[in-house]
Amino acid sequence: MKRVYVNPEVCIGCKLCELACLTEHSQSKDLIIAYREERMQGLLPRNTVEESGWITASLNCRHCAEPYCIQACISGALTKDAESGRVVYEEEQCVGCWSCLMACPFGAIKRHPIKEKIVKCDLCPERSIPACVSACPNQALTFEEK
Amino acid sequence: MKYLIIGNGVSSIGAIEGIRKLDQESEILVISEEEFPTYGRPLISYYLAGKIGDDRVWLRKKDFYSKNKVTLKLQQKVTALKLAEKRVVLQGGEEERYDKLLIATGGTPFCPPIEGSQGEDVYFFTTLAHAKKLDANCANLKKVVVIGGGLIGLKAAESLFDRGVEVSIVELAPRVLSAAFDDTAGNIVAKRLKELGFNIYCNTTAKEIKRTEEGRVKGVLLQSGEFLEADAVVIAIGVVPNLTLAKEAGLKVNRGILVDKKLQTSEVDVYAAGDVAEAYDFLVGENRVVPIWPNAYSQGFISGQNMAGANRDYTGGIPMNSIGFYGLSTISIGLVNPPEGQGFEISTYVDEEEEIYRKLVFKDNFLVGCVLVGDVDMAGRYAGYIRFKVPITEDKVKAHLINNQPTYLEWPEEMFQAQWNSAARIR
Ligand SMILES: Cc1cc2nc3c(=O)[nH]c(=O)nc-3n(C[C@H](O)[C@H](O)[C@H](O)COP(=O)(O)OP(=O)(O)OC[C@H]3O[C@@H](n4cnc5c(N)ncnc54)[C@H](O)[C@@H]3O)c2cc1C
Ligand code: SF4
Ligand code: SF4
Repeated sequence: MKRVYVNPEVCIGCKLCELACLTEHSQSKDLIIAYREERMQGLLPRNTVEESGWITASLNCRHCAEPYCIQACISGALTKDAESGRVVYEEEQCVGCWSCLMACPFGAIKRHPIKEKIVKCDLCPERSIPACVSACPNQALTFEEK
Repeated sequence: MKYLIIGNGVSSIGAIEGIRKLDQESEILVISEEEFPTYGRPLISYYLAGKIGDDRVWLRKKDFYSKNKVTLKLQQKVTALKLAEKRVVLQGGEEERYDKLLIATGGTPFCPPIEGSQGEDVYFFTTLAHAKKLDANCANLKKVVVIGGGLIGLKAAESLFDRGVEVSIVELAPRVLSAAFDDTAGNIVAKRLKELGFNIYCNTTAKEIKRTEEGRVKGVLLQSGEFLEADAVVIAIGVVPNLTLAKEAGLKVNRGILVDKKLQTSEVDVYAAGDVAEAYDFLVGENRVVPIWPNAYSQGFISGQNMAGANRDYTGGIPMNSIGFYGLSTISIGLVNPPEGQGFEISTYVDEEEEIYRKLVFKDNFLVGCVLVGDVDMAGRYAGYIRFKVPITEDKVKAHLINNQPTYLEWPEEMFQAQWNSAARIR
């Protein structure tokens, strides 16, 4: 399947990918409203730009072949879509037990700031290329089959 | 080829999904003693608390069995294995043939010999049926004593408390949650529960369940001499693997059914997975029963793949638990109470006011365990360090771990590239 791959060597740490993710998953689809208003209501970027000294990289869910999060999920809220390979999250079903957050060794799962629910990357099902990849100004993120 | 799975818990689901990745056609028969299609066993506390209803307890969608071409026989108990003939015997005498068998029978609540424990008003809390029974009687309960202060006991206590019941917890150990967590974490949880109004009695246990002349529960007499009034008792002392079938058939058992790296038992074509199995534990490097959900799924999955011909090793599970009590999240991963004098190094951080606690256990440049209370957001990153045995060679990196700032960018370059950017074919 196609995944988002990262290249820390060319990442410039601008966090445009985080903002693109925020906008894509907002109600308004507007960066300013998403950042200034929807964030207060709990909107979060699914990805995280990590920093260590001079190195930076944008990290998100790997949509693993055999996901640890799915093994751990007690409610069936996380499933692997057989066709697309996406690890799909159904918020309604989640009970906020944080088992998946604990089990994912890639730290790809975040707690929703308000609700007892998780937040995770969905690979932007409505787009052909995920928003973070499109937004990256230096091709530090690619969407490809390896 | 015919696969037969005894049990319909999460390890059974893992097995079905593991088989179907490799073999979409052969017959799969699942036999379960319970009356429901698979549900999230840990969800029964959410159910009893009223947080979720009958629509949300199911672990898989309604069409899961039909989509996966699984024949499900509910409310049928397997009473014997005929290994030589490759058959199992059901209650009532009917027999089923198999080519590959998976024993995924989980565990049963342990009931110690307490006087008065037989009869009405004494409950267990491990199945949806138990939760439904408690739910139906909840309105008549004012005071309940929960015997056992482990995960299941506390979860039962919490749900009953949420329903307006006065709850007392009785625990033999000096503190609650003694198995999976350490002293400090157990104490923070106990403090929170006491503030909310739970009664906790540690260092003692139930001596006798007292009953009225009509046979109804009146209360619990403790070893310490105290008497706790109660309308009902929940026994949650522990769960023991359902070994009878395996034992009687002559399979090798210890605490659980012994399995090799392929999760095969001492008999060829017979596998075991989940709470009933004694499988390889990645951290201690030996076989152990670790009755937790993620291990049950992954053992089910790997055994399913092997039954379908994959020849894969089960690389071993890591004990891990995530439990929340009224907004206080607690997570433990790996080795959290290491033995003394064997070169383990422990770092702790406590902020009692904020109810934040963090304990990391290191051994020879590796992180081998952690306990997180309150602030659990970094749990997955710590799990990554433990699971992939990421070497911690620089002091700076260790300091970041200790300060709740683990980052992937400090993994050795090759490990980062391999895990993040290669096939992402993880395990
Ligand atoms: C209240 C509660 C909360 C929990 N919370 C957590 C948690 O937060 N995190 C965690 O990691 N773990 C938790 N656990 C433990 C977790 O649920 C178990 O590790 C997991 O369910 C084990 O799955 P299994 O498939 O091995 O066995 P089980 O889920 O026990 O399934 C075994 C099935 O086999 C059936 N069976 C047994 N013998 C026969 C027979 N002879 N014939 C036919 N059928 C048979 C049983 O009826 C049962 O349905 C919790 C458990 C309970 C009870
Ligand atoms: S959340 Fe974590 S474990 Fe689950 S698919 Fe994504 S990277 Fe893998
Ligand atoms: S937090 Fe939600 S999605 Fe994650 S394991 Fe628990 S129920 Fe499943």
